Amino acid sequence: MTARMDDKFAALKKQGRAALVTFVTAGDPDAATSLKIVEGLPKAGADIIELGMPFTDPMADGPAIQEAGLRALRAGATMKTTLKLLKAFRAKDKTTPVVLMGYYNPIYVYGVEKFLKDAKAAGCDGLIVVDLPPEEDSELCIPAMEAGLNFIRLATPTTDDARAPAVFKHTSGFVYYVSVLGITGTKAPDLKSVAANVKRLKKHTSLPICVGFGVKTAEQARAIAQNADGVVVGSALVSAVEKSLDKKGKPTASTPKAVHKLVAKIAKGVRT
Amino acid sequence: MTTEPNSYRTGPDEKGLFGIYGGRFVAETLMPLILQLEQAYKAAKADRSFQDELDYLLEHYVGRPSPLYFAKRLTEHLGGAKVYFKRDELNHTGAHKINNVLGQILLARRMGKKRIIAETGAGQHGVATATACALFGLKCVVYMGEVDIERQKPNVFRMKLLGAEVVPAKSGSRTLKDALNEALRDWVANVEDTFYCIGTVAGPHPYPEMVRDFQCVIGNETRHQMMRQEGRLPDSLVAAIGGGSNAMGLFHPFLDDKDVEIYGVEAAGHGLKKKHAASITGGKPGVLHGNRTYLLMDEDGQITEGHSISAGLDYPGIGPEHAWLHDMKRVNYVSATDKEALAAFQLCCKLEGIIPALEPSHALAHVMKLAPQKPKDHLMVMNLCGRGDKDIFTVADILGVKL
Repeated sequence: MTARMDDKFAALKKQGRAALVTFVTAGDPDAATSLKIVEGLPKAGADIIELGMPFTDPMADGPAIQEAGLRALRAGATMKTTLKLLKAFRAKDKTTPVVLMGYYNPIYVYGVEKFLKDAKAAGCDGLIVVDLPPEEDSELCIPAMEAGLNFIRLATPTTDDARAPAVFKHTSGFVYYVSVLGITGTKAPDLKSVAANVKRLKKHTSLPICVGFGVKTAEQARAIAQNADGVVVGSALVSAVEKSLDKKGKPTASTPKAVHKLVAKIAKGVRT
Repeated sequence: MTTEPNSYRTGPDEKGLFGIYGGRFVAETLMPLILQLEQAYKAAKADRSFQDELDYLLEHYVGRPSPLYFAKRLTEHLGGAKVYFKRDELNHTGAHKINNVLGQILLARRMGKKRIIAETGAGQHGVATATACALFGLKCVVYMGEVDIERQKPNVFRMKLLGAEVVPAKSGSRTLKDALNEALRDWVANVEDTFYCIGTVAGPHPYPEMVRDFQCVIGNETRHQMMRQEGRLPDSLVAAIGGGSNAMGLFHPFLDDKDVEIYGVEAAGHGLKKKHAASITGGKPGVLHGNRTYLLMDEDGQITEGHSISAGLDYPGIGPEHAWLHDMKRVNYVSATDKEALAAFQLCCKLEGIIPALEPSHALAHVMKLAPQKPKDHLMVMNLCGRGDKDIFTVADILGVKL
């Protein structure tokens, strides 16, 4: 729904390739390093940025993303600092779509109306809120659409043909297909079933379908990009942040570089 | 919101809401299963043979009805209301948890599920689930916070004896809320063959309704027993609240009896201004673990850790129906500190020859405050929802006794 998102997918279509969507947690490992990481993502090859809003209890995420959230919270991250980070990024980059991803409680407590207003003003293009299925559309999805933000829904292997129309009804921007039954960053996707499911879901929506969960390598990304409109990488990137920290858990000079190097590698997979 | 409903017993609505509380805030992967579960539970409720099988098990396996016991010495000591104990600690496995677990396991069998997962805090729900799984030959996996595993060793051993696998939750605060996160993660990964047996009146719809219905046996029995023993309904009900299943089971059948005063007792831990687990008294509405309810959290919506002397009460949330009953002012939610609960625990041992669990000791602490203010013909029922065998190590530790 935002021009930035539509323009991006239109441009990618012209180039005839899939999008690389990169997830990092806002404020991980601290505010300054996090900004450096996010600012370098487009140059490293990211087409869309998913910015995680830290939450203490991310029930659908694996240990890597949970740990990233806790690192950010320990370093003082809040919803306000997340929006501030986005604003700082947007001041220098007007074209890369940014999607805020997380859980409903921090948004609910911030206040839905205020959140939508502030997120839009900061330069946000869409929201992914894991614990808001279509059954709870009135909470945030519909107000977000009215505020001019995309609400990007997760579709999963359990989203069968009967349920798909309900799932896609209020989805915009793109569809995030969760490639495995399970949490982020654990199982590797079964590429055959991903291809079959993307094909099946395409019958229900004209939106781009991006595939994520468990994608770690350029080879996986290349294989997925053959059938899908985009590939999402998350846990592998926050693991790269974790591995780059010193013994005390503090960022080192190589922290942003570690993430950007991995993004560049996976971007090659998407582009060939 | 402030208008009084015709009945307090009709919730939740078709969206699973009690007022603004409840709902289905879960990942998309789980939604198809949750809708299936809702259908399966509806069908089971309409099927006489389901209730018959559950009734048989409750009577002959659990040992129901549990007695309604007049606590004469305690009554004399407090010098006010006539205090009755609903003796749910006499159930097989030592607490009210088994009432709900048997219902859910029968439902899981109807749905053809072969693998059961559960979360547990103090271990009572885990033991009950492991017991029912042993009874029906089902695979059982129980998630328990690493911290709780350490402080509730006897229950961990019990679960293992019963054939369950106990998996430590190592994330976050490593207590009950993290065990719930881990169980939800397991469920997402194994949604096709696994049934999640939730231990309290929380979680996504239909769990709060379903668990409440299975626990209502407590309140229904209390009505009959009080009518038989005193010829009238009780004047007040008191129960401890973590998530709130024993309380909801006692309260629900009385919600429309306006003259019955109802008290839910939360854990005030070290005090409401310090570390506690009183979600209603010290929390605010938010969304966690599939439902909207009162939660302990900071101003940014990050969940904070609860504290209670009782590992069964230190959950940072509460069932959504309790949240609604609080807003409607039908139930009075109060709290008792660790210290008050410990004093009540010791008093009960000495005056009644009953070692209560630390959970109902919180309810008893409130009875000790309330009963002396009431006339001698006031009938007060306290739910003695669990026995204290599991807690003797915690209590000994605090009293400075080496076992």
